[in-house]
Amino acid sequence: MVQWVQANFDVSFGALSDATRRGVLEQLGRADASITALAQRFHMTLTGMKKHVDVLEQAGLVTTEKVGRVRTCRLGLRGLQEEAEWIERYRQLWSARFDELDKVVENLKRKESVDGRKKRK
Amino acid sequence: MDERRESEAAPTKNHTTVERRSERELVVTRTVNGPARLVFEAWTKADLFRRWWVPRSYGLTLLSCEMDVRVGGGYRLVFSHQDSTMEFFGTYLDVTPHSRLVWTNEEGDGGMTVTTVTFDDIAGRTLVAVHDLYPSKEALDAASGSTGAMPEALDQLDELLVSLGSTTTE
Repeated sequence: MVQWVQANFDVSFGALSDATRRGVLEQLGRADASITALAQRFHMTLTGMKKHVDVLEQAGLVTTEKVGRVRTCRLGLRGLQEEAEWIERYRQLWSARFDELDKVVENLKRKESVDGRKKRK
Repeated sequence: MDERRESEAAPTKNHTTVERRSERELVVTRTVNGPARLVFEAWTKADLFRRWWVPRSYGLTLLSCEMDVRVGGGYRLVFSHQDSTMEFFGTYLDVTPHSRLVWTNEEGDGGMTVTTVTFDDIAGRTLVAVHDLYPSKEALDAASGSTGAMPEALDQLDELLVSLGSTTTE
């Protein structure tokens, strides 16, 4: 089981290591697209794009569906949104903390410059 | 305890990023407009720390905050939330003034999380990186409140988010 997880992990790591594939995910985040459209968008051959989509599909990041002669790609799974959401919640927590920290540091700076002036007198 | 006067001089806020660096690691980074010396102070003095650690919008009240900031020293934060209290506690493993703080988080089940905070002073501003190393992937997922139902294949999503963030917001 652990090995399976590890293997899958490696697959997804590889999937995201490529700039074109990240671009494809970004594109699919905006709208579903056919492999043909993606190939045009990224100035690639159909075969080249198919390979990238296969890698993303294996990693579970993209699903494809063939209707007639067109294979449509869409972003993988709901899990993706879930993770994005909690990361965003976590970011908001830290963002709020740091905004308060800014004020504390700002106060310290102000105090220090006032104290500094006093000392020089 | 109300020393805020937000309306005056609101300096521009810097961007906070979160990156899931591996199955067990989460890294938060943010630049603070002040020298590392002062930022470090705000992280290590209880009376300063308690002023910013708990965002007011979270409905939590910090009942007590004890920090014995030295290697082997402990800390304990007690919060109240509605009718219950929560405690966070652990031990400082490294205290390097103005540059590095490491502490354990021992309140969780199933092993402890280690938090490493680094402070990089860059021309009077400080890049703060908060690195959490969880005992297991499950512990990180539990902490995040995610359902755990998502496929393992999505664990590298953080990189995607970072790359999307940098292309769409900047």
